Amino acid sequence: MAALDRVKVLVLGDSGVGKSSLVHLLCQNQMLGNPSWTVGCSVDVRIHDYKEGTPEEKTYYIELWDVGGSVGSATSVKSTRAVFYNLLNGIILVHDLTNKKSSQNLYRWSLEALNRDVAPAGVLVTNGDYDREQFADNQIPLLVIGTKLDQIPETKRNEVLTRTAFLAEDFNAEEINLDCTNPRYLAAGSSNAVKLSRFFDKVSFSTDSVWVVLGEQVRLPEILPKAQGSSEPLK
Amino acid sequence: MSFLIDSSIMVTSQVLFFGFGWLFFMRQLFKDYEVRQYVVQVIFSVTFAFSCTMFELIIFEILGVLNSSSRYFHWKLNLCVILLILVFMVPFYIGYFVVSNIRLLHRQKLLFACLLWLTFMYFFWKLGDPFPILSPKHGILSIEQLISRVGVIGVTLMALLSGFGAVNCPYTYMSYFLRNVTDADILALERRLLQTMDMIVSKKKRIAVAHRTMFQRGEVHNKPTGFWGMIKSVTTSVAGSENLSLIQQEVDALEELSRQLFLETADLHATKERIEYSKTFQGKYFNVLGYFFSIYCVWKIFMATINIVFDRVGKTDPVTRGIEITVNYLGIQFDVKFWSQHISFILVGIIIVTSIRGLLITLTKFFYAISSSKSSNVIVLLLAQIMGMYFVSSVLLIRMSMPLEYRTIITEVLGELQFNFYHRWFDVIFLVSALSSILFLYLAHKQAPEKHMAL
Repeated sequence: MAALDRVKVLVLGDSGVGKSSLVHLLCQNQMLGNPSWTVGCSVDVRIHDYKEGTPEEKTYYIELWDVGGSVGSATSVKSTRAVFYNLLNGIILVHDLTNKKSSQNLYRWSLEALNRDVAPAGVLVTNGDYDREQFADNQIPLLVIGTKLDQIPETKRNEVLTRTAFLAEDFNAEEINLDCTNPRYLAAGSSNAVKLSRFFDKVSFSTDSVWVVLGEQVRLPEILPKAQGSSEPLK
Repeated sequence: MSFLIDSSIMVTSQVLFFGFGWLFFMRQLFKDYEVRQYVVQVIFSVTFAFSCTMFELIIFEILGVLNSSSRYFHWKLNLCVILLILVFMVPFYIGYFVVSNIRLLHRQKLLFACLLWLTFMYFFWKLGDPFPILSPKHGILSIEQLISRVGVIGVTLMALLSGFGAVNCPYTYMSYFLRNVTDADILALERRLLQTMDMIVSKKKRIAVAHRTMFQRGEVHNKPTGFWGMIKSVTTSVAGSENLSLIQQEVDALEELSRQLFLETADLHATKERIEYSKTFQGKYFNVLGYFFSIYCVWKIFMATINIVFDRVGKTDPVTRGIEITVNYLGIQFDVKFWSQHISFILVGIIIVTSIRGLLITLTKFFYAISSSKSSNVIVLLLAQIMGMYFVSSVLLIRMSMPLEYRTIITEVLGELQFNFYHRWFDVIFLVSALSSILFLYLAHKQAPEKHMAL
C-alpha cells in the first residue's frame, strides 16, 4: 500500500475500559463476544468513505491500533509501546464512564502519545504535567469516547455527562458516550455516527498533507495537491 | 488502672498502624485505580494493623514495657481478632468479589459467596490432617487448631518467598548475569514487530474489503452457528468465505507472533535499562552487595540441608549463643542479662522491620504486575490474606531467635504447638524453593540468548 493511503488512528486508554470491544464494534459492527486482555497492540481496519456523497468521495482504510497496557507501566514497557506511536493521524481516547480514574489518566495517555510523536529526538515538550496550551495547537485530531454508558443509573447520568463534556473541552475534541456491546449507539444517522464520521474525515484529510523534514527532525505540514507522495521522517 | 493505660496505649498504636495501612493502600497499591469498594481498603488496613500490633507486643515483651497481665490479655485478644479476619472475613469477601466478577452468578451473589467460603473452610481443615502439629486433646474450634493451620500455610509461603528471594536477589543485583543487549538488537526487533503489524494490517484490509463487497452484493456472511449450521457449512461453502477463513487463520497466527515480539522487545528494553543502571554508582554498589548475598544464599542452603539431614533444630537462639561465645572464648565479661535484652531487641526489631518492608515491596510489585481494574479488589484481598498469614507465622518462627525468658509469652498464648515442626517444615520448603528457583533461573537464562541468536 502506498504510504499516502495509510491512515493510522491510535486507540488509547486504561486497561479494562473497553478499547478492544470498541474497536471491534467500529470495524465489524458487532459486539465482541469474548473480550480478553490485549497484549502489545492489536490492529483492526475500518473502511471509511471520505466525503461521502460528494464528487470528491474517496475510500480510506482506517487502521485502528489498539494499544494495551496501563499508564503506570514500567519504563521498558512504555519504550516498547512508543514504537507504535509513529506516524499518527489521529487519536481516540477511551475512558470508562463508571471509573473517574480512567478519565484522569487520559491526560497522561495523550501526553505519552503526543510527546513521542512531536519530538522524536527525545526532547520532552513539557515536564509531564498537563498543559492546556499544548492541546490548543495540536495538529492531530482527538476524539474522546466514554464507554459503559449502560452501567450508569439514570439519576447519575447528567452529572457524568457534564464531567465528560469538560474533559472533551480540555482536549479540544468531540466526545461520544456509548455502550460497546450495543451497535445501536452508532446506528447510521444518529448524532454519534455523525461525530464519528466527522472525526474520520478530519483524520483522512490530514493524510493529504505532506510532512516535510527539516534538519532537526521537526515536521511541518504543507498542503499540496494529492499527486505528491509523502516522505517519511528520518529515524 | 494500669490496665486502662496499657489498653489505651495499645489502641492508639493500633489506630496509627491502621492509618499507615490506609495510606499505603491509597498511595502505593491503588494509585492507578479508583477505590470503589471501601470494604476492601478497610479490611486491608485492619489486617495490617493487627499484624503490626503482634510484632509490637513482642517488642514490648522484650523491653518489659506494660504490665505482664495486660500484655497477655492483649496477645490473646489480638490473636483472636486476627484469626477471625484471616479465616472468616477475608476468604468470604474474596469469594464475594470473585462471584461479582462473573456475570452469570450475579443474582445470588451472597449464596455463592457462602458456598465458596464453605469450600475454603473444608480444605483449610483438611490441611491439618497430614501434619503432626497438634496433640489431639484440643477441641475443634480452639485457637490452637486454627493457628496451627494458619501457621502451616504461612510458613510455606515464607519459605517459598525466602527461597526464591535468596536466589533471585544475587541474580538481579549482579551484573555478571546481565545479557548483552545493544541498541541494534532492539531496533532490529522493533522493525520485525512493525513489519508483522503491517502484514496484519494488509490482511485485515483484504478481509474488510471482502466483507464489504459481499455485504453490498447482498450475501450476508453468517458464521455457522449451532449444530445444523456446522453441518450445513460442510457441504455448502462459498468460495469467498473459504478464502476468508484461510486469511483469518493467517491473521491469528501473525497476531500471536506480534504478541511474542512485543514481549521480547519489552524484555530487551528492561535489560538495556538494567545495563545502564549497573554502570551508575548505585548499580556498582548493588553489584558488590549481590556477591555478598550470593555467599549468604549458598550458606543458607547449606545450613538448611544440614538441618534436614542431621535432623537437628537449634536449641539456643543466636543472641544467647553469640553472648556465650564472646564470654567463653573471647573472655569479655559483661552483664549478660542487660545486653541480651538489648541485643535481642535490636535483632528482633531488624528482623521484623525488614520482613514487613520486604513483604510490602514484594506485594506491591506483584500487584502492579498482575492486577487490572476488574480483578484489583480480589487481588488486594488475596494479598491481605497472604500478609496476615505471613505475619502470624513469622511470630511463630521469631520465637527461635529470642532468648528463653522472652519466649514464654508466645508459648503461653499459642499453646502446645510443635514449634520444632515448623522450623523443619520451613527448612524443607526453603530448600525446595531455592533449588527450583536456581533451576528455573538457569533455564530462563539459557533460553534467552538463544532466542536472540536466532534473529
